[in-house]
Amino acid sequence: MLEVADYTLEDRGTARVVAFTGPLTLSKLGTLPDRLDSVTEGLATIDLSRIERIDTVGAWIVHRLAVRSGAKVVGASPDAANLIEQVGSAAAPMLVRPERIGSFNRVLGEVGQATLLAGRTMLGLLGFFGAACIAFANVVRHPKRFRLNAVVQQFEVVGVSALGIVGLMSFLIGLVIAQQGAVQLRQFGFESFTINLIGRITLRELGVLMTAIMVAGRSGSAFAAQIGTMKLTEEIDAMRTIGMSPMETLVLPRIIAAVVLMPLLGFYASVIAIIGGGIYCWVDLGIPPVTFIQRLREVVPLTDFYVGMVKAPVFGLIIALSGCFQGMQVEGNAEDVGMRTTAAVVQAIFLVIVLDAFFAVFFTGIGWS
Amino acid sequence: MDAQVTDPAPRDDSIAVRIRGVVNRFGDATVHDGVELDVRRGEILGVVGGSGTGKSVLMRSVIGLQTPSEGEIEVFGEPMVGRDEDDTIAIRKRWGILFQGGALFSTLTVAENVQVPLREFYPQLSQSLMDEIAAYKVRMSGLPEDAGAKYPSELSGGMRKRAGLARALALDPELLFLDEPTAGLDPIGAAAFDELTLSLKRTLGLTVFLITHDLDTLYAICDRVAVLADKQVIAVGTIPELLALDHPWIQEYFNGPRGRAATAAVARHEKVNA
Repeated sequence: MLEVADYTLEDRGTARVVAFTGPLTLSKLGTLPDRLDSVTEGLATIDLSRIERIDTVGAWIVHRLAVRSGAKVVGASPDAANLIEQVGSAAAPMLVRPERIGSFNRVLGEVGQATLLAGRTMLGLLGFFGAACIAFANVVRHPKRFRLNAVVQQFEVVGVSALGIVGLMSFLIGLVIAQQGAVQLRQFGFESFTINLIGRITLRELGVLMTAIMVAGRSGSAFAAQIGTMKLTEEIDAMRTIGMSPMETLVLPRIIAAVVLMPLLGFYASVIAIIGGGIYCWVDLGIPPVTFIQRLREVVPLTDFYVGMVKAPVFGLIIALSGCFQGMQVEGNAEDVGMRTTAAVVQAIFLVIVLDAFFAVFFTGIGWS
Repeated sequence: MDAQVTDPAPRDDSIAVRIRGVVNRFGDATVHDGVELDVRRGEILGVVGGSGTGKSVLMRSVIGLQTPSEGEIEVFGEPMVGRDEDDTIAIRKRWGILFQGGALFSTLTVAENVQVPLREFYPQLSQSLMDEIAAYKVRMSGLPEDAGAKYPSELSGGMRKRAGLARALALDPELLFLDEPTAGLDPIGAAAFDELTLSLKRTLGLTVFLITHDLDTLYAICDRVAVLADKQVIAVGTIPELLALDHPWIQEYFNGPRGRAATAAVARHEKVNA
């Protein structure tokens, strides 16, 4: 099996002849193609009478040598001649990858396309929100079309199954805030203000915001992937033909679930975070739970709770909207489902944080600070 | 009934794939229970069977994607079951596989897909030669020139199959596995694919392991047909030989309305040619 393809150069009279020997197959080629580059000059004949085997790659090597040098192929067996002819007839210049455009133009084009896409997405999202409102109005007018089972099922998926992970996350965040806050406040001797920090920041900001991020990752992505897959398998088209509105059957239950459950989950997260912070205060700062709760009631205004609870359903709406919207945009292939799912999560978290900033300014403006 | 399952005295070099007593279990479900099958060199062997009889599982067992629970599989006389992947590279270079959906790498163009096995096994080839090889392989698979620079997502299902075939043929394999190559193609495209398989087999001396539901394909290009049923290969032979058997599934398969239509089509074709 050590035998490899090779060639010998002979001068028969005035004509230069290259005679191939051995198996002219891909696995036995070795460096033959590179060495052949030097023998094209003045070549008149290619002798194949001494080869053992030939495959299409070998045939291609012969073909391209013959084309380059204009030499004649002799001594080929019928099979070899057939192969060379087949390969030759398939020869055509072919682009291996799409032509690249200049990097400046490419960057410019990408920026333009990204801008267009962002604009279109926002517009589409707005339109989708409108469609969801219409679907909601329809269901209100025809309460029989309300899908209670689907809504309850989404309640479970979005809310109940999220309790564990949201709780764990909130507990740890409460601990970390208390610990970091205590370290800083200790420098001024105001360790007891840790309670203010925990109470206010969790109820007002972090409880709801972190829950929104968690729900976007857990449920927003699931919405996009589920609806996207259904789009791909034509389930949604099938629904339409039967006369079921995908907005009413798929989108609305998810939106309702997210809008209703976000405040509940956000409040739950805040409470757990406060418990986490309280445990830290008890263990490290020596503040007993009773004192901790009493102090909480003094320093945390009720408006903080309102701020959180007003934001939460809006965040839920945004998460569900972008999840369902991106899912409905899926077209073509499975790859698109993955891309749309990512887009749904990124879009939801981005919009949630932008809106959170607006809310912060707004609530301070109306005096709920 | 199972007269032709095994050769009476198989000569080693005449058998490309030898399957002996293969058992495949998934949990409680037994898909194969003692499958015996030989694929002779240079033949196109069609594998048929109802849905869920494990045609694809059998192919995956042979190519090493699924380790059978029991049994022996030899490819080119080398045992495959339980071998380390590194030990079987020499054999992997000698086969090509076309998966049902083409299984093209989605981030690479068609031509780059064809070059993947070449690059993997023969890194010494120059880029220009590899580009040329990819170009003629793509053309030989029946794709137009401009398909080379396209990404799989830009191709139709039939073109994707052809591109998958081009990649399967990249290393000039001796053994080709085709998993339902004509499923989802229009009749003209399917007939062209059959023609292509046959001409490749003739020019390259390929051995083909062909899973199909397509009766026309069976009649048009298969030298022999193996029937998977009752967790075993119940019969192997040419179609006339199978028709002579008295198994209800085989009778229904070949003599059902579709089977009769395919037979009639072949008969018509032969009459025209005569």
